Amino acid sequence: MIEVRSISFRYHEDWVLKDLSFRIERGEVLGVIGPNGSGKTTLLKLLYRLLSPQKGEILFELLPMKKMDRSDIAKRIAVVAQETHLLFPFSVLETVLMGRAPHLGSLLFEREIDLKIAKRAMEWTETLALSDRPMDELSGGERKRVFIARALAQEPEVILLDEPTANLDIHHQIEFLDLILTLNRERGLTIVMASHEMNIASEFCDRLLFLQGGRIYRMGTPEEVITKENIEEVYGCEVYVDQHPISGMPRISLLKKGSLKR
Amino acid sequence: MKIITRKKVLTISLLLSLLLILVIFISLTLGSVRVPFLRSMGILLFSLLGLKGRGSEVEQTIILSLRLPRAILAGLVGAGLSISGATFQALLRNPLADPYILGVSSGAAVAAIIAILFGLSAFSFGLPLASFIGALFTITTVFYLGRQDGKIHPNTLLLAGVIIGSFLSALIMFFISISQKEELHTIIFWLMGDFSFSNARAILIIFPYLLLGIFILYFHARHLNLILSGEESAIQLGVNAERLKLTSYLCASLITAASVSVCGLIGFVGLIVPHTVRLIFGPDHRLLIPASALVGASFLIASDTISRTILAPTELPVGVITAVFGGPFFIYLLRTRKGIKTL
Repeated sequence: MIEVRSISFRYHEDWVLKDLSFRIERGEVLGVIGPNGSGKTTLLKLLYRLLSPQKGEILFELLPMKKMDRSDIAKRIAVVAQETHLLFPFSVLETVLMGRAPHLGSLLFEREIDLKIAKRAMEWTETLALSDRPMDELSGGERKRVFIARALAQEPEVILLDEPTANLDIHHQIEFLDLILTLNRERGLTIVMASHEMNIASEFCDRLLFLQGGRIYRMGTPEEVITKENIEEVYGCEVYVDQHPISGMPRISLLKKGSLKR
Repeated sequence: MKIITRKKVLTISLLLSLLLILVIFISLTLGSVRVPFLRSMGILLFSLLGLKGRGSEVEQTIILSLRLPRAILAGLVGAGLSISGATFQALLRNPLADPYILGVSSGAAVAAIIAILFGLSAFSFGLPLASFIGALFTITTVFYLGRQDGKIHPNTLLLAGVIIGSFLSALIMFFISISQKEELHTIIFWLMGDFSFSNARAILIIFPYLLLGIFILYFHARHLNLILSGEESAIQLGVNAERLKLTSYLCASLITAASVSVCGLIGFVGLIVPHTVRLIFGPDHRLLIPASALVGASFLIASDTISRTILAPTELPVGVITAVFGGPFFIYLLRTRKGIKTL
């Protein structure tokens, strides 16, 4: 669905991403993992053309993204970013309706159908009850669900998530990830999520893209990517890797210094 | 369910238009010569229909050649400054932004003062022309300073504007300090805003900019909503952010330039009217733009009417009235409408 062809990117002097090539398949959940500064967020920004690579190109369904219209991209790729500014706060419903923007063209007002789609997105994310609440009165978890609803209102084929579980407690983490998985399984949405939480990535992603210093270190299933050797080499710290007792997926435990020798 | 629909925008705009018409009629009635409300309405309606016959000739002159042009000009400037302020607040994502924040006003003022020092009177065509050129010069300079790699950076733009503004303010101080007594009065009144020289020509100067500016900005109203939550967020929703920033910067600046050039610097309107409208009707630009225009027009006509009647026959600078009456009202609104949070 998305083909990344040997892209390199730099903000200023230093290359942040170096000669990356990979494909994102339709309907998969792809996790992007790697240490701070390995280029995860930058890669996501390239995938919706907030930034454009200096070398190489990205194809969306065989079409070069740099030739696509902004609103065309927004019709197919939705983004849930880490934090959004709320200068003059809109209500929840108004915020979700903004997701219809790429479909409205030069129309000034939303149509009946836009309202319907927005409300359906709010049903899926259980935010309908919050409709009239101003965004700045919501908790972090509620706000995240609203932004997912906004993304769903775009009726995209791909959703890009940047650190989706940051600042959420485990109850909201699970709720959020279940929602993402349901959308993936039932509606065929392709999901790309950048995350620091390797156990979550291992448990919820079909494939993982492991970045190190702007290059692909490994790409494959969680079993292939999350191994003691890989983690210790990239992060330079000791970890213990075993299997999740229920799902059997790789699980990482952090270790205090020297605790393995005891 | 609180969302903005065409119907809601039309209804509220219609109600605010009625308020505006009422304010215009009251301002026609009041002044050193009192023309009763019904008679001034009659004079206006008859002349609109091309008929004569209502009121004395003196009353007709007062209403049609003095008070009406003045009310229309104050209305246009009030609408222009309010829309320009609302746009700058969105563009710079800064609630403190007003039409003058990027130095447009100071550029206009320096040019106007130079024109006054060269002996141009407030009646001449040269003064608005000079201040408009001064404003355009500032708009261009700030625009080039506020750009990096072909992109407008709101914070850089803001810094560039504020610094250019301070530089020009220093020039203003310099010119004031070397000016003669007679010129000083003209300069001071210009700097505080003055409608006493209103005429049809001034109206014709500002009208095209205002009409075109409002039209273009309203066309982008939905996108202005999106850029309020940040540029990245707007781009995620398919907005061409660079084009939007450029368009809104140019429209707001030109509206400000045209307003300032016909009546000097009138403070406060462009800051508090958009905030007041937001507190009452919410932040959606599809309603904010027309409502700010209508409320701004009413507010400035009312202020101007007070400024020329309260100490009659002495006229106060209208900027004094906008601040003295607008300030406390805004603070009242801020405290009662749980507005602190929205700022």
